[in-house]
Amino acid sequence: MSGKDEAELSRLMRAAIAGDERAYADFLHRIAALVRGFARRKIVQGGVDPEDVVQETLLAIHVKRHTWRQDAPVLPWIYAIARFKLIDAFRRRGRRIEIDVDDIAETFAEPEIETVSERDINRALDGLSPAQRSVVSAVSVEGRSIGETAAKFGISETAVRVSLHRGLAAIAKRFGQGRFGRE
Amino acid sequence: MRTDDLIKALDADASSKAMPLQAAWWMAAGAAAVIAAVVFLLTIGPRPDFMAAAHTMRFLSKFVFTIVLAVSAFALIRALSTPGASTGRAMAGMLAAPLLVAVAVVLELFMVPEALWGTRMVGSNMMICMGFIPLIGLGPLAIFLWMLRYGAPTRPVLAGAVAGLLAGGLAATFYAAHCFDDSPLFVATWYTIAIAALALLGALGGRFFVRW
Repeated sequence: MSGKDEAELSRLMRAAIAGDERAYADFLHRIAALVRGFARRKIVQGGVDPEDVVQETLLAIHVKRHTWRQDAPVLPWIYAIARFKLIDAFRRRGRRIEIDVDDIAETFAEPEIETVSERDINRALDGLSPAQRSVVSAVSVEGRSIGETAAKFGISETAVRVSLHRGLAAIAKRFGQGRFGRE
Repeated sequence: MRTDDLIKALDADASSKAMPLQAAWWMAAGAAAVIAAVVFLLTIGPRPDFMAAAHTMRFLSKFVFTIVLAVSAFALIRALSTPGASTGRAMAGMLAAPLLVAVAVVLELFMVPEALWGTRMVGSNMMICMGFIPLIGLGPLAIFLWMLRYGAPTRPVLAGAVAGLLAGGLAATFYAAHCFDDSPLFVATWYTIAIAALALLGALGGRFFVRW
């Protein structure tokens, strides 16, 4: 959280907004590490998986990046979003605390690296339309480019971009409403 | 899905563009003012002696109160819809309109004989005032709540209430051009109730509609 972090992250974010995809990937990886540390420091009781908070925060930062003022520092903006998503996760967990005893036991045994468990985002992904879900999965889990995904499904690159954008927005919206999966 | 995979998807969507929030707020304010003006002109319209009234202090003072409220609420709502933005100064700015009204009320109590206080306060238009300020403010409030969804308020209920105050300040500015009751005693009572109703509605909207 030093001044150097701030200057570097603001620079990356400005470059990303100007259309530099490498800068954006770099920015997101750094944010993920920062938010992971933040979430692990704040979640001492268990019950909430820090990595779920990391993913929800990254999605919120992505779909709300137009709310950052380019002349304002970026770290307070990032931490305000992370805090909001953390509180949201606690609130949601509080509502269904009685069914989550097993989850808590698992969280205590959590290793330091990113865990690969059943994530909230997978349930949210399941709630998308089939077209959006397959495009989002192809670009993320399968790591395909926009062009490769277009070729795989026999659709235009524009259609891939639209499905990806709408799919991500829909997942972010589901997180905001505390809905995960088909209901 | 691993976080690294999610980042791949977000990065692939980097080229999608959305209008910067601060610019969108100015457009929203313009649209809200147009809607309020249309509703105002189609329903009650300005009072017939508008030009003559515009030379009296009491009539003009109403616009000072309502415009100061709208301007300070606009500054606060833009800060509240931006994560991490400092809100202290804008929060303090919200005191300006109530303080101005309070000073005007004290002056009015000195200038008007005690026997007339009651009639000045009750006025002749209180039902119209309490009906039309919320009515004119409803469209703007809907726009402002939609803007809060477009933004990212970390305190949605407070932001919703401020959306109501902003819609109320805007609506009251138009309504003031219609109303014959110019006494600060009337304004302090009935305008406050009407604007508070919009603020309450806005807080409810913030609670149930503004999720992100």
